[in-house]
Amino acid sequence: MMETIQSPAQATYWLVQGRELFLSIYVLGSACFFYIVARRLAPLLRGERDFRFDRPLRRLRNVLQFWLGQWRHPRYRGAGTIHILIFAGFIVLATRAFWVLALGISDGFVMPGLSGTTGHVYGIVADYASTVVFLCMMIAAIRRLAFTPARYSVPARYGKGHPADAIFLLALIAILMAADSLFQGSKAAALAQQGRTAEFLPVLSLPWIFKDSLLSTPLPTLQSLHLGAYLVHGLTFFFLLCYRPFGIQFHVETSLFSLYFAKLDRGTLKPVRWGVSDEQLGQVKSFGVKKFEDFTWKHMLDFYSCADCGRCSDNCPANAVGRPLSPRFIGIKARDYAFQHYPMFGSSANGKALVGDIYSEDEIWSCTTCGACEEECPLLVESIDKVVDLRRGLVDDGDVPQSLQRPLKALESRGNPYGKMEKKRADWAAAPQFQQTCAVKVLNGKKADALYFVDSITSYDDRMQAIGRATAEILHHVGQDFGILGAAERDSGHEVRRFGEETLFQALRDHNTEAITASGVRRIVTADPHAYNALKHDYKDVPPVEHISQVIARGVKTGTIKFHPVDNQSDVYTYHDPCYLGRHNHIYQEPRNVLDAIPGLKRVEMSRSRDRSFCCGGGGLMLFYEPKEEQRMGVKRVQMAAEAGANVIVTACPFCMVNIEDAIKVAGLEGKMTAIDLVELTQQQIAQKDPKAA
Amino acid sequence: MEILVCVKRVPDTSENEIEFNPEGNDIERDELVYGVNEPDNYAVEEALQITARVGGQVTVVTVGGEDDEEVLRREMAMGASHGVLLADDAFSGSDARSIAAILQAFLRKGKYDLVLTGVQAEDGGAQVGGMLAAMLDYPFASLVNSIEVLDGRKLRISREVEGGNREVSEIDLPCVLSIQTGINEPRYVGMRGIRAVASVPVPTYGVTDLALDPNTVGETAAKVKRLDYFLPALGNGAEMLHGSREEIVARVADLIAAKGGLR
Repeated sequence: MMETIQSPAQATYWLVQGRELFLSIYVLGSACFFYIVARRLAPLLRGERDFRFDRPLRRLRNVLQFWLGQWRHPRYRGAGTIHILIFAGFIVLATRAFWVLALGISDGFVMPGLSGTTGHVYGIVADYASTVVFLCMMIAAIRRLAFTPARYSVPARYGKGHPADAIFLLALIAILMAADSLFQGSKAAALAQQGRTAEFLPVLSLPWIFKDSLLSTPLPTLQSLHLGAYLVHGLTFFFLLCYRPFGIQFHVETSLFSLYFAKLDRGTLKPVRWGVSDEQLGQVKSFGVKKFEDFTWKHMLDFYSCADCGRCSDNCPANAVGRPLSPRFIGIKARDYAFQHYPMFGSSANGKALVGDIYSEDEIWSCTTCGACEEECPLLVESIDKVVDLRRGLVDDGDVPQSLQRPLKALESRGNPYGKMEKKRADWAAAPQFQQTCAVKVLNGKKADALYFVDSITSYDDRMQAIGRATAEILHHVGQDFGILGAAERDSGHEVRRFGEETLFQALRDHNTEAITASGVRRIVTADPHAYNALKHDYKDVPPVEHISQVIARGVKTGTIKFHPVDNQSDVYTYHDPCYLGRHNHIYQEPRNVLDAIPGLKRVEMSRSRDRSFCCGGGGLMLFYEPKEEQRMGVKRVQMAAEAGANVIVTACPFCMVNIEDAIKVAGLEGKMTAIDLVELTQQQIAQKDPKAA
Repeated sequence: MEILVCVKRVPDTSENEIEFNPEGNDIERDELVYGVNEPDNYAVEEALQITARVGGQVTVVTVGGEDDEEVLRREMAMGASHGVLLADDAFSGSDARSIAAILQAFLRKGKYDLVLTGVQAEDGGAQVGGMLAAMLDYPFASLVNSIEVLDGRKLRISREVEGGNREVSEIDLPCVLSIQTGINEPRYVGMRGIRAVASVPVPTYGVTDLALDPNTVGETAAKVKRLDYFLPALGNGAEMLHGSREEIVARVADLIAAKGGLR
């Protein structure tokens, strides 16, 4: 049967038979792609070890949720919707692309399983998919050019932006969609002109539009368009394939792997070296990340996967207050470093220290490890572990800011960052009036069911000691048999570890673990989310730990805690989620339940709450660090509370209390705004037990 | 350049609550935390930076007892190549002159181009460096806050003089310099660094090793003896300023200016 128009495989392009031409394009294109990817993998092979091969089902679930399900994308509604549409389009069109490419070498090729009706249905879906993707490219381009979101801009200190590159990539994809559609539309138009049946093209799809507008075009022109579009499609496809590994589009290939190998354990930190036990650490020559190859292969993969969408930095409190840190550029700068030092041709030069080259020391110390960046990343890129690894490298080389050296030294000699005497650690509980109403036993040979782990700030800071006393009173009220370690307690080391001083952390952890084990308690309670996170995730072999807000929430539920109404019913409360209670440990609801159980308490939410909570400025050693910043995080936070219409900020962390109380003063809101800890509020509102019931 | 840095182990003032013993002639030392005298730490850092630039090695030395080895280890963890402990029963009760004499005896054993001390010990009186230089007949400069190595065995050094002015001098090697804090930013030393040098031997030298006459050092030879330790009597308390914020600020500015703090 005589074909209306010649197919690309049969046609002759400049004296070359189509089949041969396309076969060579495919072979050449694929070879280029595999070569490029192999070169890109080179640094990964030189990277540090990283154990990411366990729990395959859990990992598969991540892939389904975050890759196929695009879980995090709707957090940014506009960009997220566009992305979901493009992603869905790509998923649908992957088969189509293969099918169309195959036609170049095998005339009339039919995808296995897609013959007959299934094939027709698939064709309709694919036609609409390419139309949607094409439209999304237009929208994305307009958005890029006319309504660029602020988060895409590149501040001068982090390098140069590549807006033209973004448009170029969008254009390539649009061309791919258009070429495929024109390839189909031109054939359909030719068949229609001869009154023959063509593949059904759905109304208003791109191929349909092409067909419709080409109905009166002469046959030879249609033939040229058909063959030309096919060639453009093939060339664009392979060009795009080989071009993607040079920029943010590489995430199309790498994201699946990034998500499969994503970190599974919240609140934890990566070990100094995977596969090296704490006991063997002494033999490790160098700690942390100093040069690029000290990153683990997964962290390098993250650099490739980062799509530069800027969501991390958009939510980063350090970035918001003008600290010299933008998590986005931790990754982008490292990626550019990899591109530069692992070039496509020639040998790879490397080995230079990253800090002082692509990173500044201030950049690395500016992070509060609040986790806002990681919470937002659609690709689950890990930022905290990288920052901590870079800090480990700095600590190992002795490059620690002077402001941090003294507290670190004090932690080493006294077990607290203030250099206070160990024997005074339990003094907060010895306040005369308090001792009479609520005696706190020191588990020095005495036994108790639970341990109240106080930690340094609550033990020694005059203001925070009130949190300690309120916690003790609540435990007393709910009938918990508890005690404290007193002088035997050391700092939990939570921030010590996150500031990169692993050896000191381990010494503190080992000391505490021994003291806790010796005390014989069956559970641990703390009112400090940092201690909570340390005991829960950084310590091994200690009894289960709870944050006091969980104890209070349970007391409220079971009725052991009853509240009397708030005195001033005109007060408006808001709850500030501490990072290490909320984001890192998902305790969002319990504190809110407690607040809502207090009669007459009016509570509002700040615009940034729960997993988008805004860090108060950081805890532990961050209190000693003097960051370069335009504004304090805490000040921004209290302003958010004021915007929400609140005049009482409730938090559940002593470090938040330090930062927020300071910020209230700095923001000039003294007298208009107050801060109170959840335990203080609970203790204040607790209705004394009914004497008859007691 | 071979550099010797003399260091001292002192109670860490920021991590202790100082109380007096019942006799009132010393502080209660049982629960004290000790560390490297802070200015000495700057001296070691400066020595390390100099050898990093021009080559050579840094040796740290201290006069004391077994306990004092920890400060040597800390400085060795910073990067000092050798640590030497000068310890002998005969040294106890030494005054500053005796300490200088002990150090001088040690210096005779080796060859050092430059000797650094901290500007003063946190529990001392900035005496040893100057006396040591005199005993060695070396040139001496105190309160040094910058060092530049020049050709021809010379250094260009500077110090801050009253009023914030900077005085620059040239000094011949070998010499003794007392180093002011702020000359650099000492690197951090953690437990890991100290563990790494835990097995490096630290030789101990006594009177016989140093060829010292025991009667010239220690308590018997001391010509300065500490009689008392006391806290100054409390004054009348702070002067509270009253008034509006602007008035208070203006008054504070006046007061500071009156003391020469503002120009």
